[in-house]
Amino acid sequence: MVAVSIDQVSYSYHSVSAETVALQDISFQVSPGEFLAIVGPSGCGKSTLLALICGLLKPDKGTISFYDEAGISKTNIGYMLQKDNLFEWRTVYRNVILGLEINHCLTEEKKEKIDRMLVNYGLKDFEEKRPSELSGGMRQRAALIRTLAMEPDLLLLDEPFSALDYQTRIEVADDIGRIIRQEGKTAILVTHDLSEAISMADRIVVLSKRPARVKKIMEVNLSVPEKSPLAARSAPEFQGYFNTLWKELKSDEERRE
Amino acid sequence: MKKDENKHQRYLRKLEREKYAVRIGQWSILVVFLALWQYTTDRNILDSFIFSSPKRVLNTIVTLGSSRILWEHTAITFLETIVSFFLTTIVCIFMAVLLWWQKVLSDILEPYLVLLNALPKSALAPLLIVWLGTGMNTIVVAGMSVAIFGSIIQLYTCFREVDCEKEMLIYTLGGNRRQVLTKVILPGSVPGIISNMKVNVGLCLVGVVIGEFLAAKRGLGYMIIYGSQVYKLDWVMTAIILLMVMAMFFYVSIDKMSKKL
Ligand SMILES: Nc1ncnc2c1ncn2[C@@H]1O[C@H](COP(=O)(O)OP(=O)(O)OP(=O)(O)O)[C@@H](O)[C@H]1O
Ligand SMILES: [Mg+2]
Repeated sequence: MVAVSIDQVSYSYHSVSAETVALQDISFQVSPGEFLAIVGPSGCGKSTLLALICGLLKPDKGTISFYDEAGISKTNIGYMLQKDNLFEWRTVYRNVILGLEINHCLTEEKKEKIDRMLVNYGLKDFEEKRPSELSGGMRQRAALIRTLAMEPDLLLLDEPFSALDYQTRIEVADDIGRIIRQEGKTAILVTHDLSEAISMADRIVVLSKRPARVKKIMEVNLSVPEKSPLAARSAPEFQGYFNTLWKELKSDEERRE
Repeated sequence: MKKDENKHQRYLRKLEREKYAVRIGQWSILVVFLALWQYTTDRNILDSFIFSSPKRVLNTIVTLGSSRILWEHTAITFLETIVSFFLTTIVCIFMAVLLWWQKVLSDILEPYLVLLNALPKSALAPLLIVWLGTGMNTIVVAGMSVAIFGSIIQLYTCFREVDCEKEMLIYTLGGNRRQVLTKVILPGSVPGIISNMKVNVGLCLVGVVIGEFLAAKRGLGYMIIYGSQVYKLDWVMTAIILLMVMAMFFYVSIDKMSKKL
């Protein structure tokens, strides 16, 4: 079954001085409940791709389709941007309910769900604090709750951990990876951390440098009982996948030189 | 734990002491200034007829104060400033929102705003008298004219500087442009709006006094002009001091209000 299908999508940015072709003929599919990672060199068009999937941008060519029968609605996509973008003029709680407020659907039931998430992700004691009083990891979790509160069918994550230090990053990735699997969400994660991609994703799409094309799609099968980022790193297959990805990205660079 | 508390208390005491030091410094400047003014005029180093003196100002306040004239002048200026300040604030926020909403409009209007802002407003005052007469309207409009153009530009800039990723967040959560305005732009600009208001209230007072110089038969500006013409410099000084107190009052009120938010 297919949840999201991206067919022959191209996109260019226009400015006075030039036309920047960001994406060229991108095609791939996402199955329901799958965790897909997208890796590629910096500036290749990964964020652009997510903005297209989310509907913030319209493709110049090609189509992006969502399949209702797979439980994915075009109007119900959660997008976690590169920065947490918490509003300093709101308390943590009021930040978390922002999406519900905007969509006028702040029901008792949703409030209870948010309460449960705040407890589970260790933010309950901080709900009346300002975002600046939280640590980087806590901010990221608050941003995740804000996204999950909308109960999205599809989650788009744009390097959500890049602002964190290495240790927190692994911890938060561990957390968030588990949360997403628990909730059984379909997710697309953009990252340029190869270990992160291997340890979190079921499949990895490798993009070339700009204009981005799909270079390779690689399935990840690790022989660990629970797929958490920490456990994954000690799986015997990990290094093999890492080398394959590394070579893919490297060959791109050599061609450029 | 006990030790920590002590440390914290020491920190608080230190803060308190610093606050007092600042207050003492501020008051002593005032006291020294008044003392010097009194001393130099007492000793005839400065001519107290021209420079007045704290005692003479106090006397003027007491004598004029009992006849209510002084308070009428003060109340008029106060009222005119408040009215022109409120109108300025409302018009500016409205205009800045409009310019933000229609970027084309802001591009079209920008040179005019800059031009009008640079124009010395006292040059407009005589025109206003011809158009609007010498009533309160003229004074209020004169007050607004000083603040309004610069303030629109500043508020609009402030709106534009709000992080555009925060705007995008609203769209990713399914919001529209109106919600970008109400959830991001306006609340995110509150500090900018407050500091803009602090500047505006001062500028409105300037405009009101300019207006009163030229057009009015009442108000502290009128009192200054009248006092200087008949060589009652005590009146002039008294009016100036009342203006200062008023400016201070406005500033502190807005500051207090903004801290409550
Ligand atoms: N608003 C824009 N206008 C013009 N060009 C843009 C715009 N946004 C992005 N680009 C260009 O499009 C290309 C792809 O940008 P994009 O942000 O999608 O890259 P990315 O893969 O997410 O990079 P990074 O890994 O650094 O986040 C870049 O070369 C960039 O210069
Ligand atoms: Mg990006």
